[in-house]
Amino acid sequence: MTGLILRRLGIGLITVLAVSIIIFFGTKILPGDAAQIRLGQQATPENVAAFREKLGLDKPYWQQYLGWLSNFLRGDLGISLASDVPITELIADRYKNTVIVSCLTALIGVPISLMLGIMAAMFPGSLYDRVLTFISVSLVAAPEFFTATLLVLLFVFALDIGNAVVVGSTEGKGFFELISHFALPIATLSFVIASQLIRMSRAAVLNVMSSPYIEMAILKGVPRGRIIFRHALLNAIGPIVNVVALNLAYLVTGVIVVEVYFAYPGLATLIVQGVQSRDFVLIQGLGMIFCLTYVILMLIADIAAFASNPRLRHPK
Amino acid sequence: MTSSDTPVGAHPDMLGGIPDPEDTDYFVAPYDEGVSFDELPDSAPKERFRLSLTGWIGALIVTFWVLIALFGPFIAPWGENDLPFPDDYSEFQTPRAGAWLGTDVEDRDILSRIVYGAGRTIGISFAATVLAYVLGVVLGIGAAVSGPKVDMVMSRINDAFLSLPTIMLGLVVVAAVGSSIPVLICTAGLIYATVVFRLARALGQEIMVMDFVEAAKARGEGRWWIITREIWPNAAMPLITDFGLRLIYVILFISSLSFLGLGVQPPQADWGSMVRENLGALQYGESIIPVLAPAFAIATLTVAINLVVDDVSAQAGGRLSKRL
Amino acid sequence: MTQTRNPGDVVFEARDLKIGAIQHDGSEIRIVKGVDFQVRRGEVVALIGESGSGKTTISLSALGYAKPGLSFTGGEAMLLGRDVTKMTTDELRPLRGISVAYLAQSAAATFNPSIKINEQVTEAPVLHGTKTQEEANAKALDLYRALELPNPDTIGDRYPHQVSGGQLQRLMAAMALCGDPELLVLDEPTTALDVTTQIEVLKAFKQVIKEEGAAAIYVTHDLAVVAQIADRIVVLYNGEIKESGPVDRIINNPVHPYTKRLMAAIRPMPEAGQGEDSSDEHLRDAPALQAIAIDAGYGARDSNGKPAVPILRDVNVAIERGKTVGIIGESGCGKSTLARVFAGLLPAYGGEIHLDGERLSADLAGRTRAQLQKVQFVYQMADTALNPRQRIRDILGRPIDFYGTAAGMTRRQRVDYLLDLVELPQQFADRYPHELSGGQKQRVNLARALAADPEVVLCDEVTSALDTIVGANVIDLLNRLQRETGVSFVFISHDLSTVSSFADEVVVLYAGMVAEQGPTDRVLSPPFHPYTRLLVSSVPEPRVGWLEEAAQTREAKAGASGGVKLTEKGCPFFERCPLAIPGTCDEVDPPKLDDGNGHIIDCHRPIAELSVSG
Repeated sequence: MTGLILRRLGIGLITVLAVSIIIFFGTKILPGDAAQIRLGQQATPENVAAFREKLGLDKPYWQQYLGWLSNFLRGDLGISLASDVPITELIADRYKNTVIVSCLTALIGVPISLMLGIMAAMFPGSLYDRVLTFISVSLVAAPEFFTATLLVLLFVFALDIGNAVVVGSTEGKGFFELISHFALPIATLSFVIASQLIRMSRAAVLNVMSSPYIEMAILKGVPRGRIIFRHALLNAIGPIVNVVALNLAYLVTGVIVVEVYFAYPGLATLIVQGVQSRDFVLIQGLGMIFCLTYVILMLIADIAAFASNPRLRHPK
Repeated sequence: MTSSDTPVGAHPDMLGGIPDPEDTDYFVAPYDEGVSFDELPDSAPKERFRLSLTGWIGALIVTFWVLIALFGPFIAPWGENDLPFPDDYSEFQTPRAGAWLGTDVEDRDILSRIVYGAGRTIGISFAATVLAYVLGVVLGIGAAVSGPKVDMVMSRINDAFLSLPTIMLGLVVVAAVGSSIPVLICTAGLIYATVVFRLARALGQEIMVMDFVEAAKARGEGRWWIITREIWPNAAMPLITDFGLRLIYVILFISSLSFLGLGVQPPQADWGSMVRENLGALQYGESIIPVLAPAFAIATLTVAINLVVDDVSAQAGGRLSKRL
Repeated sequence: MTQTRNPGDVVFEARDLKIGAIQHDGSEIRIVKGVDFQVRRGEVVALIGESGSGKTTISLSALGYAKPGLSFTGGEAMLLGRDVTKMTTDELRPLRGISVAYLAQSAAATFNPSIKINEQVTEAPVLHGTKTQEEANAKALDLYRALELPNPDTIGDRYPHQVSGGQLQRLMAAMALCGDPELLVLDEPTTALDVTTQIEVLKAFKQVIKEEGAAAIYVTHDLAVVAQIADRIVVLYNGEIKESGPVDRIINNPVHPYTKRLMAAIRPMPEAGQGEDSSDEHLRDAPALQAIAIDAGYGARDSNGKPAVPILRDVNVAIERGKTVGIIGESGCGKSTLARVFAGLLPAYGGEIHLDGERLSADLAGRTRAQLQKVQFVYQMADTALNPRQRIRDILGRPIDFYGTAAGMTRRQRVDYLLDLVELPQQFADRYPHELSGGQKQRVNLARALAADPEVVLCDEVTSALDTIVGANVIDLLNRLQRETGVSFVFISHDLSTVSSFADEVVVLYAGMVAEQGPTDRVLSPPFHPYTRLLVSSVPEPRVGWLEEAAQTREAKAGASGGVKLTEKGCPFFERCPLAIPGTCDEVDPPKLDDGNGHIIDCHRPIAELSVSG
């Protein structure tokens, strides 16, 4: 078990390195380089060359890569090409905003979705199950901005509460104030992950519920509640944690579209700006942050899958 | 029954069925010596494949959009950049005759742009999915039938790409080489080829260890025969089902990139970029239609595909997994 | 339970019981077509039939349970005077686990992997309040002891995957009995076990049922097992009762043709001296196929070329032309591995394979097409061995084209000929495998091997997945094919009676080494290798009272325990052997004792000692 987890951690580490290589060299193949972009078209070749040297761009790629990676690990993300400000400064506030929305989504969306999904699995084929399945099958395929638009339609246009643009400071706000402030992005993201989460948690529990040991429990006259909470959930918990982690990883993608939709000052809007202004240093830094989060969540998903196996938890 | 060696306990002149009066514990059913007892059937006969009601609705909507995508430019009331009301300078005009869904941020007819956008969104996504499939299936099945070393190298590289959020990969590529329709198709095709690769490889491996493949190997069959005659026919059906699912993800991916302003570039119409262009209408509380209409178009298409795929995989997929 | 239990009371009665699947259009596919039978206190009633007979479905009705998709569509199932088919789940709950308990075929799947054994064993009586946890624990402990489980005090603290399959099967019996049920329903509880384990479990079941004074419904397809444990037999075919009555009457004097066929399909173990004498036919030509000192295994190889999991050690087997060699052993003994080594699917790391006296390459790639053609492999599971996307015509046609074995016929004629040969109608050529029944598929599977016109056909457990009668028909077919085509068979099976009825020679494998080999009648009569003796004495005979006799004569009480594992040196049977000589048997490889006529026993004990009956 420990060996397996260590192995998976090792693979995770290698993946992170591979990811950093992809991101670094992916942004290196472009025409033009950082010095040119930073100094603008009017700069003389001499100035550019001098600046290249200062930035270390004259060194071999692998040296640049190692320098960039060690700086990243020390928390130095470099200086933005577009605005000449250290990236860490650029993202300080926005980082907090993105984390707040993501965490609130996870805190609200995950428990509700799990409850709905598990309940659907408890009464398979019931009207409740069929309606829920239909809704989640439909929602899972709809783009985030469609869900967002429906919510805006409902809350802003029909009910006249909330705002289609999320602005303003989060300073000094309590938990519930934060929730109402970010209500629409959180609701959108919750719907987005809920559609997946409901389907997958339902499938995970149903899979366990159809196993022979559950049939045996029924034939022993075990009451329904105990079957679900003692016999089924114990075995479904690993797959469920796996599903949750996978969906939180998906949140990393979803948050980009949702932040842009609501013109929300978070990391994702920043990275989109970075792409538009070809600010490679910014893309490299933010790309690493997003990918790291994603890789870590995938890692948790895998470890949860190991941990759910009783053969691994209780070796012979 | 006129058998000479009448068994003890049976009544010689009747076809059984009546319990021995002296032994209430004994029973023998009526029988006929000539009847053979065939092996009972393995399983109930298969049900024929039928789309459910929701499946039919899905198929109908998909057909509708495909027709629009193919013939859109011939039926659109306006060109995609025409101004239906050149004299009216206000943006986001409300729906009225001549512009049934109103006009957008630049006074263009939204209905016509959706019709034009259909071809672009569906065309790009379809081409990208086909590309993803050609690459993914060839490499995936190739990896499955290759030796463990080749397979491991290919899989590790693939896993590294798979462990990145797709939209991030898209962003990096677009930042690097700029955005155009060929770039979009190749980017989406390459990114989703990784997913197809994993699926095709898993399927290939699953089939590779089946006894009938081993039997072919033991016969001395070459690799080409094994791939084309033994593996492919069994992998095709699940892959085709997955094609629909993958198409949905590619449509969402392309639309998201366009929505972020990194996909199809103005003034060309595309559903994702239409949402972005008109986002102002929503944020300033002017009108919902310019945003809702293209978003609704995407949603109907992807949800409809999903309804069909769900139906097919529930019926064909279940059956297939049972047989394999 | 405060009720008094009088022997002879009717505990369960099915009255014109009908069970079926209701289709979407409201029609019913009936699985159980109206059955009547009674189970009285202190009595074991066996439901016997092949797959599709409805026996499991009927047995579950005693718990008021119908599998998902099925429902009770008529008649009554009276448990202690109440019709359980009309009761709601809430009404049934107090009965289940207390009045009636269920034992499933696979204990490994029926134990919850995440809950300790003792909690699962004691769950029913504690939940229903008929026992306190302490009382239930005490009862469980008694049962563990009665069922002869090792470490009865601590075994309950383990998780299901931490005990062996045979032990888990007995633990499931403890789970069923812990609530003192009046009726036990046992669904093929020993089918998945090896014979030497099965006998122990059967004995334990029988004794405990008697001691507890319970009634039981015992579902099985195996008449020999039924003879040991049942008082009465109900023979089922296609959801109907064909014959029912006391066990000795049904077994000794079957009346209904279906019962007769079931009985005929059981092949009695040949007595010593029976069987054809093949002694002087040996040593004439080179054998058709020969394994010389084979070492084989799975997994990564170390620097010496030795694999991580060695399976076979120093195996020598020769297959004479036109003869059948049976390879017998329990699961994990390496018998399938040996077949795969012959076929080149698993290259051996030591030893040689010879075909017609010529050395064969260990792996497939090194064999010529002509060599491949001469050795054909038939898989156990026809379901996975036939490509579901090819028609029978293509499945049979490919080897004909590939090896050029049409023999002057067109491909079409040759396929028709092959179908005739395996007694299938010619129109089957245009069907897909899933349109055939299990037995028919197995015949196609055989025909494909014959299409190559081989010298040797390797049959890996080809009858194990089939019902008794169907399997017996396949054996008859193999016999006929051998007479007509002169092909040699290597017949691999865990079922000693099947092998002995059919093979000219038998090789007994234990944990990857040959224990004994020679002409069938000689191997199956003294002198015995101690393992062969255990194996022979463990095969149930279809007569009443065999179990009791066997339990007395069987020397290998030790046989029940100990792992089956290939050892580095010495005799692998050492741990279980009643005649083991410590210091010798576990240290030195056993010598090959030649009893004459090619009968060889690998044992340290002298032949004279091995001849003494146990």
